[in-house]
Amino acid sequence: MTDRALLSVQDLAVWRGERCLFEELHFDLGSAQLALLVGANGSGKTTLLRIVAGLGVPTAGRVTWKGTSMTELAAAERAEIAYRGHHEALKRDMTVVENLAFHSALWGREQKFDGVLAELKLGHVAHMRARYLSAGQRRRTALAMLKLQGAKVWLLDEPTTNLDSEGRAVLVEWTRRHVAEGGLAVIATHQPDEFAMRGALLIDLS
Amino acid sequence: MSAFHAILLRDLRVAFRRWSELAHPLIFFVIVVTLFPLALSSTSSQLREVGVGVLWVATLLSSLLALDGLFRADADDGTPEQMLLSPAPMTVMVLAKVTAHALVTLLPLICLVPASAYTFNIPLAALPTLAVALLLAAPTLSVLVALGAALTVSLRRGGSIVGLLVLPLTAPLLIFGTRATDLSVNGEPTTAPLLFLGALAALAVSLGPLAIAAAVKVGIE
Repeated sequence: MTDRALLSVQDLAVWRGERCLFEELHFDLGSAQLALLVGANGSGKTTLLRIVAGLGVPTAGRVTWKGTSMTELAAAERAEIAYRGHHEALKRDMTVVENLAFHSALWGREQKFDGVLAELKLGHVAHMRARYLSAGQRRRTALAMLKLQGAKVWLLDEPTTNLDSEGRAVLVEWTRRHVAEGGLAVIATHQPDEFAMRGALLIDLS
Repeated sequence: MSAFHAILLRDLRVAFRRWSELAHPLIFFVIVVTLFPLALSSTSSQLREVGVGVLWVATLLSSLLALDGLFRADADDGTPEQMLLSPAPMTVMVLAKVTAHALVTLLPLICLVPASAYTFNIPLAALPTLAVALLLAAPTLSVLVALGAALTVSLRRGGSIVGLLVLPLTAPLLIFGTRATDLSVNGEPTTAPLLFLGALAALAVSLGPLAIAAAVKVGIE
């Protein structure tokens, strides 16, 4: 572990029964660093991201944030980490704005959505129930939640799924800005070229 | 505290936008309660004897009918993961969910019970005790039902198992609840069973959220 490592993955291994997904996985991330997680379907990208987020338990090894194990973080430290998986965590019977308001309240953030909605071109559906949104619009809403949370670490599981080229461009731009401002990001993706930037760490699970 | 507020409001809002689902347990309760006078020979004294028990059992069964949406809907869209990752304590969030669920399912049911007591010729003087006993039993019942729902959330068809898990645990509620109502029908003091119901409620509200939060976490992993 180097001095500047904030997020540290140490000797991580996951076994599913007899099958080994990955083992002796080791990487450190410091401020303003991006890690891209690549690998075939079923190679363990989602599993790894969930473990890094503290949602899953590895067979061996540990993940630490500022030296504390992910599953033992205090509330203030946990708020620095954002995880966005395949599920968008949208309530289908609430409008886009109501969903955003709920998630902002959960993280104790400001209830200001106009800017982020405009950036994601969601303004015209802001007061529409989530059940009427397209898959891409749902994904954009999830990205809005990510942005509103204002976390230091982004853990994104295939965030470009269902997004059109414009939506992907917004996400890539956000990621660049996030990293440039000193944030950390771990992104599982099948198109690592899209996010490629200087100093990015490539983790291949296959 | 703001997380408690946010979750309570969100769950109430979602529940009222799917109000037709809220009606199912109520209609079930009304049907069960109406079937009994039809099935029994209807001398009024006989009905009064079984009535108290029937009302309590029907309440317990109806409350089971409403539990499926409590954690299932959230689990399907990934909300519990975000709740677990958020800085608010899981127990507080669980308590908010259980409170919202009790307000939209148990409260209407409890309002319906005194009205149905008329069917069984239960004297009006016993209704206040019946209502108080039900209100005191409601927190315990909500916590038990929520615990069952949280434990079975990862099972596709958990509904019937929850009944097997939860119903035996509701026996104390049934015993003290019917006892209080019976005593009141006979015009005797009802303090003791009501105090027991209150003690059970205090126990459920203080320890229940810890158990439910743990069950939700297990469901996520």
